[in-house]
Parts: sequence; structure tokens; C-alpha cells
Amino acid sequence: MLFRRYPNLIALTVIGLLLASVPLVIESNYILTIMVLIGQFTMLTVGLSLLMGYAGQISLGQATFFGIGAYTMGILATRFSLSPWLSLLAGVLLSAAVAYPVGMLIFRLRGHYLAMATLGMNVILFLILTQEVEWTGGPSGFRGVPDLTLGSLTLTTDRQYYYVMWFFALVVIALSLNIVNSRVGRAMRALHSSEVAAETIGVDTNQFKLKVFTLSAAYSGLAGGLHAAYLGFMSPSSFSINVSIELVVMAVVGGLASVWGALFGAGAVLVIEEWLRDAVKVVIPSASGEYEIIAFGFLLMLIMIFMPEGLVTGVVNALRERTLKR
Amino acid sequence: MSLQAQILQFLLAGITVGSIYALIALGFVTIYNVTGIINFAQGEFAVYGAFVAITVFQEMRLLSGSVQIDLGWPLPLAALAGVVVTTLIGMLLYRLGIQTARHASVLSMIIITIGAAFALRGVALLVWGTDPFRLPVFSQGTPFKIFGAILTRQSVWVIAVTAVLLLILYVIFNRTLLGQALRACADNPGAARLMGINPQRMGLVAFAISTAVTAIAGIVIVPATFMTYDRGLTLSLKGFVAAIMGGMSSPVGAVVGGLLLGVLEAFGAGLLSSGYRDAISFVVLFIVLAVQLGGLFRGRPAAAEQAGL
Repeated sequence: MLFRRYPNLIALTVIGLLLASVPLVIESNYILTIMVLIGQFTMLTVGLSLLMGYAGQISLGQATFFGIGAYTMGILATRFSLSPWLSLLAGVLLSAAVAYPVGMLIFRLRGHYLAMATLGMNVILFLILTQEVEWTGGPSGFRGVPDLTLGSLTLTTDRQYYYVMWFFALVVIALSLNIVNSRVGRAMRALHSSEVAAETIGVDTNQFKLKVFTLSAAYSGLAGGLHAAYLGFMSPSSFSINVSIELVVMAVVGGLASVWGALFGAGAVLVIEEWLRDAVKVVIPSASGEYEIIAFGFLLMLIMIFMPEGLVTGVVNALRERTLKR
Repeated sequence: MSLQAQILQFLLAGITVGSIYALIALGFVTIYNVTGIINFAQGEFAVYGAFVAITVFQEMRLLSGSVQIDLGWPLPLAALAGVVVTTLIGMLLYRLGIQTARHASVLSMIIITIGAAFALRGVALLVWGTDPFRLPVFSQGTPFKIFGAILTRQSVWVIAVTAVLLLILYVIFNRTLLGQALRACADNPGAARLMGINPQRMGLVAFAISTAVTAIAGIVIVPATFMTYDRGLTLSLKGFVAAIMGGMSSPVGAVVGGLLLGVLEAFGAGLLSSGYRDAISFVVLFIVLAVQLGGLFRGRPAAAEQAGL
């Protein structure tokens, strides 16, 4: 009864408790690091999943906002000695502030143009990060981002950042679930099934797409700032187009238009990636490089050909159909 | 070098690079016109064309050194091999990837071709590794001097090949029955089918022509610049921007767009900042899109909307 009325609230509580107990059980720092990364990529993927699933739009440049968040945080906290939390907030705001006008321009386009325009945005950011050595540290990266503090406590360990990262990841999930189940969410669903129909019943489609895009940028900026604080170091390669496309893989695996799917997608892809890296080394000992992109490429093609709504959503829908038939 | 000579030098360099963008843009336009798909894997075909040609031409170590081959084919034969193998890959992509998903939405189609680009790049990394490769120039000899500016013989090759390919494509599309069938599919697939044209087969033909053209682009540029496994994406992006500048559906427009983009890049990199060379095309893209949306080319966006862009 209670679950029926508040399914998301209960799921959120259960998953939150499970996640909170992970560091108590797991000793391995390696696993903990991967878990922190999953939290970070969940934030990034949720925004993209909303954008792709609800607004029916694709961004191939989400890593741009991830990068803006990270470098804003780093530069403000070191060069301008701003407090780390304020720098983090500034990164989030700046990401959103960049996304809004860009979105205004490109959401009047559709499909292909948007994909290319967001890719282009990512290329430009990457060039800035590698060229403006004085500010960004160039290709070799940016060092010395200060740690976040809680009162008098300075956060340094993986364990502490695990809790910080997942706290924010769950906040992002809760916020997104709320949006999906609100009037905005219904408008977004209408938008996805038919843009024309949505417009005729008075949904300002461009405005909604723009809002979702800006929100996804803010999420990415947040993930970026936390990334910078957690590692204390960042390099342009973490914000390249490859990362943007990896995020698309995560969203597609998790299923479009699914907030929980994003969590699953981020986790599944990161685990597969780690596993593939080891597997490739067993087969070809001298191999080095991002061979996992072969698997991701084929995975993207297969999922989109056979389950255009994404893997998790596709499987769920198929199961639901089967039970309904009975 | 005098200022005039320097400007001429930028212009020549721009036209050479622009020819490559033009060829890739031609590839985009050919596929887009017949199937309505933007193939994000387009640039990878230029990489494959070049790599396959190099592999049969010189001594090569493949798969991280576990395979060593030395076929030593003559250059023309090697180039032909590059084009043929790449074209087969393109046709395979159409059959397995695009055709099985032909009812997919624009969003799904974009993701499918991106997946293909990723898979192709990954396989190139696996087979050829991260080393840069190049071919020898097609004809030896001192470069030409024009009013103090230098034009290499390979640049002449690049420009000539572009011109010849444009001519061939023009003849195919406008003077043959096959070309009429291809254009019919672009105009109205439904009516084309009623006339006994198979749009699926025409899609395959379009993919074959497009990959062949792009593979040739990769082969003619590789004596002038090194090719690495990860160049495909940049080439795709430049080709796409060139195609958009040319209006997306016109082959001549694509070539003009490519040349213009190459020249803009050469001047931008030469006069402003070489580090931002790759950003120039996107600044151009944003300007073109903004101008189109602003309504200077009012006819065009409407046509693009109809085409489902």
C-alpha cells in the first residue's frame, strides 16, 4: 500500500540505505573508487537520459558541461582562493549559463544539426582546455584543486568522497523523479511522443527542451566540480568527445527516459569497461588503448536496432507486454 | 615572402585541405540525398581507405606486431585496394546496420552511425595501433611556384582528383538511368517504388558511392599528412560543416562549402591562432546555423524541415 503510493520515495530510501552501507562492508579501495565514479557518472547520465528520452533530443557534448564545472571549480578555488563549496556552486551555475544560450540557438534545429552542434561545442571546449595553458594547465592537466570541507573536517579519503558523491547523486535522482512526475514531466512525455501534438495542446516545446537541456548541464557541472575536488587533479582527456559518447552509451544501456535506468546504465558500463580492460590485456598482453570502444560501438548499434527505447526500458516493456498478454 | 605571396600561400593551402573536406562533404550529401541519413561514421572511411592502401603498399606490422606483412603492391593497385575494401565495409554497414533499422527514428539512426564510427575506430586501433602512417607522394619533383607561393605536386593531385570525382558524380547523377533512380529516391521514395525502383538497393548504391569517394579522399591526402586511427571524427565534423554550408543537398554546394571551409581555416590558423584551427569550422557552423535561422536563406530551412531535419 505504502509502496504503491510512494514507489519512488521508498526506492530512494532503500537504495540510499544500501549505498550508505557499502563502505561499511567493502574494504577494497579499488571497488570504492569505482563506486565513486558510478555516482559521478549517474549524475551525468540522468540529465542526458531525460534529454534523450523526454525531450527526444540528443547531446553529443555533455562532457562540455562536465568540463566547465570541473575547471571552474579548480580555477576559482586556487587562483581566486574562493571557498571550494562556492567554487563548486559557481561551476554549476556557469554550466547552466553556458547551456541556456547555446540551447536557445540549437533547439530551433532538429536531429542531425543538434547532434553536430553539441559535438562542436565539445571540440571547442577541448581546444580551450588544451590551448589556454596559463589558465587550465594545458594537456598535462590542472593540479592542486583543494578538498571540500564540512565544518572543520577536510574531506580527503575515498570513503568520505563516496558519501559526498552519492549524496549529490541521490539528490539529482530525487529531483529528476520529481520533475518527471510533475506537470513538466507530463509535458515532456507529450513532447516525446509527438512534438506537433504537444504544441497544439499548448506546450511550449522549445521552452521545455531548453529547460531540460539547462538542467542536464547543471547536473553535469555539479559532477564536474565534485570530480575536480575528489581527484584534486584533472586533465582535458576527461572531458573529450569520447566521454560525451560514453555518456550516450550509458543512457542508451539504462534506457531512455528512465531516471533509475541512468543509475544502472552508468554502473553497468563502468563495470564492463573495467572488465574489458583486463580481458583485452589477457588476450593481447602488449595492448594498450581504449579497445573498449569496439564493444561500445557494437553495443550502441545493437541496442538501437533492436530496442530503440534503450536496453533496460526495452526489456521492462517486453516483460510487461508478456505479462499483459497472459 | 611578400604579403601577397603569403596570402596566396594560405589560399593554396586552404584549397588543398578544402578539397578533402569537399570530398567528404560529397560523401555526406550522397547518402543524405538518397536515404535521409547523416552518416556520423563518414570520416572513418577516409581513415580506412588510407590505412588499407598503406597496408598492401609497404611493410606493416599489424595487431600490435603479432602479424607482419610485406605485400609491396604498386601504388595505383594499393589505392584501388583501399577504395574497394572500404567500399565493401560501407556496404556492409548499410546492410547490417542501417537496413535492419530502417524504420528507426532520427535519434536512433544518429546513435547507430555513431556506434558504427566508434566500432570502426576501435577496430582500426586494434589492427593498426596508434602509430601515424603515410604514403609516398604520387609524383616526384620540385613543387610549383606561383607568384612566390608554393604549390606541391601532391596538392595538384588532391585538387585534380576532387575535380574529376565531382565530374564523375555529376555524370552519374544527371546522365545515367541509375542516377535518375537515385534522385527519384531522394525526391519521393514512395513514388520511386511505384516506378519499380527499389529504395533499399538505391540506399546501398548511395552508401557504396559515398564510401568510395571518402576513401579516395583519405588516400590522396595521406602523402601530404600523416594518418592516425583517430582522425575519422574530425574529418566527419569538417565534412559535415562543409555539407551544411553548401545547403546539405547539393553536390556542387558541398564542394564550394568544403573549399570555403578549407580557405577560412587556413587564413584563421595562419593569421589568428593555429591552436584553434579545429574550432574555426564550428564557429562557422554556428554562424551558418544562426544566419539560416535568422531567415537570410528563408527557403532553405523550410526545405530542411520537410526533409525531417
